[in-house]
Amino acid sequence: MMKRDEMLKAFARQRKDEIVVAVYMAAQEITHISPDELNYTFTGAMGQGSSHALGLALGRPDRRVIVFDGDGSLLMNLGSLVTIANQAPKNLVHCVCENGTYETNGAVPIPRAGRIRFTDLAKTAGYRKTYEFADVAQWERELPNILKDDGPIFVDLKVEPGEAYPENFPRLYSIEHREKFRRALQNS
Amino acid sequence: MADYPLTAAAIKNEIKRAGIHFVVALPDRVTSQYLLKGMLSDADFRVVQVCKEDEGVSVCSGLYAAGKRSILMMQYTGLLDSINSIRGIGVEGKFPVCMFVGLLGKEPDVAPTQSKKYGVKIIEPILDVMGIEHHLIERDGDTPKIVPAIDKAYNDSFPVAVLIGKEPR
Repeated sequence: MMKRDEMLKAFARQRKDEIVVAVYMAAQEITHISPDELNYTFTGAMGQGSSHALGLALGRPDRRVIVFDGDGSLLMNLGSLVTIANQAPKNLVHCVCENGTYETNGAVPIPRAGRIRFTDLAKTAGYRKTYEFADVAQWERELPNILKDDGPIFVDLKVEPGEAYPENFPRLYSIEHREKFRRALQNS
Repeated sequence: MADYPLTAAAIKNEIKRAGIHFVVALPDRVTSQYLLKGMLSDADFRVVQVCKEDEGVSVCSGLYAAGKRSILMMQYTGLLDSINSIRGIGVEGKFPVCMFVGLLGKEPDVAPTQSKKYGVKIIEPILDVMGIEHHLIERDGDTPKIVPAIDKAYNDSFPVAVLIGKEPR
């Protein structure tokens, strides 16, 4: 099991010019760990991170898009696995932070916590490659390939809460930051 | 009762004139046969088929953030099913989600609010409460509303609904 912030720090060390879509706890943490105008946290409703990421990936096929989804969030939008696989964007990496709970909403366990093989769901849907990581060093070793290979790639990250970071929900859904994101992407 | 034609070609032309390439869609009995199927084989469009309407709201929003225009085609039942996404992403998040909504079961020449079909009757009042402009398309003469509606959505960064009142042929 990885501490989520350690997992994100490993990603931040490898990050170049990728667009990062993140939801809930990963969104709160990425703004501290890897601050960047290309952080997209404006997903607006639960479960929608992967679908926003698909729109970004289709709209900017020249840019790599990484989404840090949640397991509870993915369960709320499981059809997005099929939608993404059907569109087959080469530039999309779909990571799921599997912590087994709806952490933001009171840490209630997700249905069948620990007994779902998310990578099997992604494979069956039609993702090109899938990975599972429970070790930060192994995740960081594979990241250069994951950030380079053709997608759609699905990554199941077994995580638990690490260090606590300040929550700022207005920042996550800020229209001002969304417009900054649009301008930064347009100019990049 | 006058029978004014509504053609899929007229709607498609206006959607193209609005600068739309990406069509995010679920099957809608009003528009599937002549409009959506026609778009699937039209190289000017890239149709992104989604499994659920709220996904479509988000795909359109991601495309907007990437600098691309799109529309979301769905049945009114799908609009009702995705109200929370339209609320959180479209209205509160101010994303210009352009929804083309088939009013399945609406009677000819009857205003949607006067329909005997409950689901159809409540669509415009719900959009009004959410502050979302809506435009009814029932004949080719209505299709010039499409380009200004889409342009306004993008200028204001706010959703809009184009309601398709009968099956285009």
